[in-house]
Amino acid sequence: MKPGDGVETYEAEAQPRLGFFTDTSVCIGCKACEVACKEWNLVPEDGLAWTGHSYDNTGELNANTWRHVAFIEQQAPDPIKQGKQDFRWLMESDVCKHCTHAGCLDVCPTGAIFRTEFGTVVIQDDVCNGCGYCVTACPFGVIGKRERAAASSPAGAGRTSGQSPDVLQTAVASDGLGAITKRELGGDGGMHKCTLCYDRLQNGMEPACAKACPTDSIQFGPLDELVERARERCGDLVEAGVSEARLYLADENDGIGGAGAFFLLLDEPEVYGLPPQPIVPTKNLGTIWGAAAVAAGALAVGVAAAFLRGEE
Amino acid sequence: MSATSPTDALSYYGRPIIKEPVWETDIPLYFFTGGLAGASDLLALGAQLSGNHRLRVSALAAAAAGAAISPYFLIKDLGRPLRFLNMLRVFKVTSPMSVGTWIFSAESATTAVAAACELFSVMPRLRVTAQFFAGLIGPAQATYTGALVAQSVVPAWHEARRELPVLFASSASASAGGAAAILTPAEHAGPARRLGIIGGVAELAASKLMEWRLGKLVGSVYHEGEAGKYTRLATASTLAGTALMALAGRRREGAAAAGTLLLTGSLCKRFAVYHAGKQSARDPHHTSIPQKERGGRAVTQPSSRTGNGSSPSPTTR
Repeated sequence: MKPGDGVETYEAEAQPRLGFFTDTSVCIGCKACEVACKEWNLVPEDGLAWTGHSYDNTGELNANTWRHVAFIEQQAPDPIKQGKQDFRWLMESDVCKHCTHAGCLDVCPTGAIFRTEFGTVVIQDDVCNGCGYCVTACPFGVIGKRERAAASSPAGAGRTSGQSPDVLQTAVASDGLGAITKRELGGDGGMHKCTLCYDRLQNGMEPACAKACPTDSIQFGPLDELVERARERCGDLVEAGVSEARLYLADENDGIGGAGAFFLLLDEPEVYGLPPQPIVPTKNLGTIWGAAAVAAGALAVGVAAAFLRGEE
Repeated sequence: MSATSPTDALSYYGRPIIKEPVWETDIPLYFFTGGLAGASDLLALGAQLSGNHRLRVSALAAAAAGAAISPYFLIKDLGRPLRFLNMLRVFKVTSPMSVGTWIFSAESATTAVAAACELFSVMPRLRVTAQFFAGLIGPAQATYTGALVAQSVVPAWHEARRELPVLFASSASASAGGAAAILTPAEHAGPARRLGIIGGVAELAASKLMEWRLGKLVGSVYHEGEAGKYTRLATASTLAGTALMALAGRRREGAAAAGTLLLTGSLCKRFAVYHAGKQSARDPHHTSIPQKERGGRAVTQPSSRTGNGSSPSPTTR
């Protein structure tokens, strides 16, 4: 796999590219990854409700959901009892893809989003001004906005609406909930997503979700090793008769240059809510700037034409 | 989900694949005021060069009004408005918003200088210079917002990347011509009227071209829901405004009515584009179906060591 865009600026400090291989064929839908992520990263609560879509709680990745387990219930041929119809349950722990060509990073106008020395993509909370451009540039719908105040936090909304975050902090702390950081209250108006546990990587640890995964559905390591392992695993599955096994985002020649977090899927990507052939929007940057230049020229010609007949 | 989307296409419980833009209605309002300011600055420069003093003052007034109110919308929509200045710590050509921030800052500053000199009748040479640069930056200001929305994964925007900048430029011209025609006595307003007509016709043509190029699945979103409402309003207003400007623009009342219609049409067009993007993002098929048709290498299967020749497509329906 190619290095991520921009990692060359680290020169000698660049590290081997690290990432996730999420093997959905062994996911059991326990959501330990969701919980571990929330615990470690102090990600605010994102709804303790059922969506009505199988065992899915949150429905999608978002500012406060950095790992999302998708559940799909299907009628499918039984892989073991040949020819028989059976029920099939697909489960997939989705996450930020940490793209080689990252649309969010390309369009961020403040430089808040950057490429780390490990080739991952991270948003700096203290720089982000909440413009929301990255949200529209992500082909996977990963990034979300934490709305200001406590409006987006159902748990905090009742106690805290209409007060400033500083007041909230005191109010919640005195509520008997113990120490709670400002970050847990959300409401900073900024954009948030998975950091691939940048702080843990810097200390030689694996990300919280991979650490917690009880079936090694989430595997963490140097990306090249993971890709090799994933190809082998996918080949084994196909050989064993699971002909629908396929790798997703493991090819560096795809529309995003391959991903730092790729997947083994058992159905079409869109079944899991993933785009089938994602393309980084900046791939068409030349066309877009060209169209803007033509349009600006046309505007100048139009104004010139308006004056052409001279004064009346 | 749009009526044109096939219900048998695959999706995860019909949920969107990409995120709906988090921008509020401040953004289409900014597209309108920024476009008005940009095109008006160029109109004012044209009037300056052709010695049409009265028209220059009107166009400069429209540009100054647009440039004065734009920052309010632009900054208000930020999740952290006080950090607007963080955008002035970088310049990134890969981000039309970054480039646009600089365009917008330069345009606002030059327009403010020109307007202040005009208002207080001081430093005429500075005024002329500022007007010159504001006029040069104006077309960039009026078009970069089209590039900004096109540079996204939203199908109704990204797939219209060739047409959106010219649509925004046309819409800005129509609004600038309309505003100056309202503010200027008819005998001096000839170029404003003509710019309004040129802009109006171009806006209608660019919209049609865009919808045609988008095709049925994605293009129809411009005629559905909120986007459809604003598209109809924009088309009717721009059509009426253009016709009225051509027929009755030489009369003050006619020009006022036509100018108002052109401004309304331009504003509604930005709202149509804004809502079309939101609606398109909500529909998973807008993202998945064109991608599948285009193909690519995101999904790969290692060649089986046993040479399994069976079809890789699963039978899970």
